[in-house]
Amino acid sequence: MNFWLELVLKLVVVLGFVLTGALVVIYAELKAGSHMQSRIGPYYAGGRWGWAQPLADGLKFLQKEDLAPAAADRTVFGWAPYVVMMSTLAIFVVIPFGPDMVGRDLDLGAYYLLAISSLSVLGILMAGWSSANKYSLMGGLRAAAQLIAYELPLVLAVVAVVIQAGTMSLNGIVEAQSQTWFTVAGLEISAPFLIKGQILGFMIFMIAAVAELSRIPFDMPIAESELTMGYLTEYSGIRFTMFFLGEYASMIGLSAIAATLYLGGYDVPGLSGNILNVVGPGVMIFKIAILVFIIIWIRWTWPRLREDQLQKLAWHWLIPLALANIAIVAVFKVAF
Amino acid sequence: MSKKVQFPFPGLFKGMWLTLKTMVKPAPVTMYPEVQEIPVPRARGVIALDVDNCTVCMLCARECPDWCIYIEGHKQEEPPSKPGGRPKVRATLDRFDIDYSLCMYCGICVEVCPFDALYWSPEYEYSEGSVSNLLHNKEKLTEWLATVPEAPSLESR
Repeated sequence: MNFWLELVLKLVVVLGFVLTGALVVIYAELKAGSHMQSRIGPYYAGGRWGWAQPLADGLKFLQKEDLAPAAADRTVFGWAPYVVMMSTLAIFVVIPFGPDMVGRDLDLGAYYLLAISSLSVLGILMAGWSSANKYSLMGGLRAAAQLIAYELPLVLAVVAVVIQAGTMSLNGIVEAQSQTWFTVAGLEISAPFLIKGQILGFMIFMIAAVAELSRIPFDMPIAESELTMGYLTEYSGIRFTMFFLGEYASMIGLSAIAATLYLGGYDVPGLSGNILNVVGPGVMIFKIAILVFIIIWIRWTWPRLREDQLQKLAWHWLIPLALANIAIVAVFKVAF
Repeated sequence: MSKKVQFPFPGLFKGMWLTLKTMVKPAPVTMYPEVQEIPVPRARGVIALDVDNCTVCMLCARECPDWCIYIEGHKQEEPPSKPGGRPKVRATLDRFDIDYSLCMYCGICVEVCPFDALYWSPEYEYSEGSVSNLLHNKEKLTEWLATVPEAPSLESR
């Protein structure tokens, strides 16, 4: 296939998937959150169950005036939402949805993911700094401070997976999980890394991922009761929509990473080759949906931590545990 | 660390279980415009007026904490009950308006009325598009009298 045609096709598919996915996740959040609070949530928009509520909200946001404070640094203020959105979209370049259903299977896929997914903090810091608003600045600084807490456990948790898989390519990691683990009565059993002893790593990764998404219980950067939405305070119109979609798209992105690294990605035991290219995306979306639901579930259940409590959690618990996890995984890798 | 480490389990997961249970339970919501909620019989929805009982004594208007009752009346002479007697003077109600944009539903007017001219009605659908339309006159207040529940007999109390 022509290189450019393929590129455009991949772009359209990824954009379509991420943006519709974000809308679906927003809807799921509205609905699940409502029902967790004994409410019904959106009900009339779209005729049934309020399915069109996120669309209507999005259209409303687009109609709003694109305001910028007088003292704002306009260039930085304008670019910040797009930096956040880009870092989210760029995650999907390497996420495999099937053996061939991948934007570009980089050799350093896991490394690329970690690098690109923490770029969103740069956008948040840009937004906080350029808004010329004390709440925004506090929010941006909190986001930057939070980075110190979650980035290290995130990286260390992924390192353990990379050691176990022996490769940084995400396709390679999925294949490592589909390989035969042991044989019982002639039946070849394969298992995702979650079952092959990465439970601790998975939990550390998910905690750090929620912190990276700055969602409850780690939503200190936007904390509406303290900072009136933090770095989002001054945003309106399409730029706010970008941040909003970006948040939900990165929920999908990080869930996709977790699904690939720990839950076996697109792999279905017993299937291989071209069938996986067809079934894979469905399996992947199912796993992403479960993880996204857990993130939503946590958001509507737990209270917010303080910034120092997150630091304590990260440096007293997550990082030592992640290091121990690496050591254990490495010992098992060498010994067996 | 000097402080004792507080382990967050199982409290965190108790909460998770609770929200999950709540999510799968049907939400106790009445879909209002389609399904009408039936208020309890003695609900304090709106204040209804029995014009015949009103003597224009103004007690309600004076006791009203936010002065939302407007009363106007005049004296009207009526023929004497016996021939050759003194003509009767009767107070007649011209205007009895309650401004429901001010009313705080304290019910002091209902309590204070010595002739049982004011009643609580469970009616609640009287919203208006404009605040000024919430000033309801005595015809409207009389309409609501029909919705006032029958007072329980003294024996049944």
